[in-house]
Amino acid sequence: MSGKRYRWLRVLKTGAIHATLLAYSALVLFPILLILVNSFKAQMAIFNEPLKLPTPQTFSLDGYKTLFDMANFQHYFLNSLIVTVVSLVLIVYLGAMAGWALAEYEFKLNTFMAIYLALGIMVPIRLGTVGILRLLAGWHLVNTLTALILVYTAMGLPLSIFILSRFFTQLPPDFKDAARIDGAGEYRIFTLVLPLVRPALGTVAAISMIPVWNDLWFPLILAPSEKTKTVVLGAQVFLGQFLNNWQAILAALSLAMIPAVILYVIFSKQLIRGLTAGAVK
Amino acid sequence: MRRKPFPWHITVFLAPAVVIYTVIMIYPMIASLDFSLYKTIEGGKHVFVGLGNYITLLTDPLWSKPFWNAFRNNVIFFIIHMTLQNPIGLFLAVLLAANIRGAWIYRTIIFTPTILSVVLIGFAWKLILSPTWGIWISFLDKIGLANNDVAITLLGNEKSALITLALISVWQNIGIPMMLFLAALIRIPPELLEAAQVDGANSWRIFWRIQFPLIIPTVGIVAILTFIGNFNAFDLIYAVQGSLAGPSFSTDIMGTFFFRTFFGYQLRPGDPNMGATVAGMMLLIILIGVLIYLYGWQRRMEEVQF
Repeated sequence: MSGKRYRWLRVLKTGAIHATLLAYSALVLFPILLILVNSFKAQMAIFNEPLKLPTPQTFSLDGYKTLFDMANFQHYFLNSLIVTVVSLVLIVYLGAMAGWALAEYEFKLNTFMAIYLALGIMVPIRLGTVGILRLLAGWHLVNTLTALILVYTAMGLPLSIFILSRFFTQLPPDFKDAARIDGAGEYRIFTLVLPLVRPALGTVAAISMIPVWNDLWFPLILAPSEKTKTVVLGAQVFLGQFLNNWQAILAALSLAMIPAVILYVIFSKQLIRGLTAGAVK
Repeated sequence: MRRKPFPWHITVFLAPAVVIYTVIMIYPMIASLDFSLYKTIEGGKHVFVGLGNYITLLTDPLWSKPFWNAFRNNVIFFIIHMTLQNPIGLFLAVLLAANIRGAWIYRTIIFTPTILSVVLIGFAWKLILSPTWGIWISFLDKIGLANNDVAITLLGNEKSALITLALISVWQNIGIPMMLFLAALIRIPPELLEAAQVDGANSWRIFWRIQFPLIIPTVGIVAILTFIGNFNAFDLIYAVQGSLAGPSFSTDIMGTFFFRTFFGYQLRPGDPNMGATVAGMMLLIILIGVLIYLYGWQRRMEEVQF
């Protein structure tokens, strides 16, 4: 058999792979682009020519204007941002501290603690909602961002601890031993090793971010007030109310999608590393 | 003999995480289970009824009908994910692992819907499939289905609403199995694949004889993650169909049933005790799934390996 024929087969195979992946990518991008593109059009054009790009005649920002007039979106963004950032800081740092303790020290309850904390990876926190609402209502925390931050921190910690303790275990011992010989205390050693696992911290932050930013359940149940609405809940309520104003609805969808997509593009490397690291047993 | 000093530093490192996790996650979960064993009577008093609420949920037609309806729908929802999302995710991962140029671009694009909120995705699809916009109808027109009532109102009729929602969920979440499978495929030593190629094995044979057997542990992880995610799902149904999971409860799953039971709907007031009972059943279902995975699947895997 000639090498030429084999080469042709290879080219054909690569072409088929590209064609399949391109087709699937189109299926993924089409709905998202459809929403984005039409959000910049006038109402008539949205219905008459949904598949066309906006032209100078059909271009319109009315949807976005309505949105800024009608809804508190800037405020919702701020709420989402506060909740997500504070939760992530807590998930990453408290998770690193606990992960370090489990990885570095031998103590009686080590295995028990590791299993106890890992339970939260498998069991969804939502199933405790009745208890969470009663507890937080008792503390007068309903309709506060603090309630959301506490719940998301508890939700994110198990996976964070699990991943970070594995990274700490893989650190070479020389560095820590040298620091101990130099008389560094345990707390000082922790601050010294933390920068060594910085990629892992980014990874944990990236995979913990998505479920926190996108959650609907807990904002709906714990913090539905106008003052504490997150973007997702705000969008949900707004979308339900403005069923006839398509420009505003498409603008709201686009506006809520864009920050997530930007964050995704920035953090996709960490995110993908995290997904794969979390799954490897 | 001198006793070792108490290891305060270990406590300091562990305490904040353990306290938050215990107080906000574990304690409410136990409190919720405990609460499901009580009934609230007039005057706000709680009376212990043992497993009475669970018996009501499973036997009283007023409760058992919606419960089994939600459970059955949830099983269908799960089966669609297992038969479409995971195999297609695996197929895409195999293509991405085939050493082609620009694989990372495809990978990034296909994962995009996964990072977006379910509310946005659900609503975007609701608009696209809406008869008002006309995009879906003109598509149906092209393929000759414009007169098919079911196809025109995919989300609006009982026959197709649940399947449509499951497909939207598959479309959104396919990135997760794809990434997990891809990570497993990349770890296969390239020499193994090259050796098989030299021996003249085609891609189909290489997949079934080498790649698939080596990623079977990931198949198990993906299955259990899908199971937990599906039996805990809520956002998509709520965003697209509301808490009534219409039309006529045909898209009701455990999560929406739990929400309605707890908070009430229309004229029916919420019942926190029964809500806790539904959550207890969901916990039981998920635990059974996890146990089957840990003891049935993983143990067998170990036997195969040794």
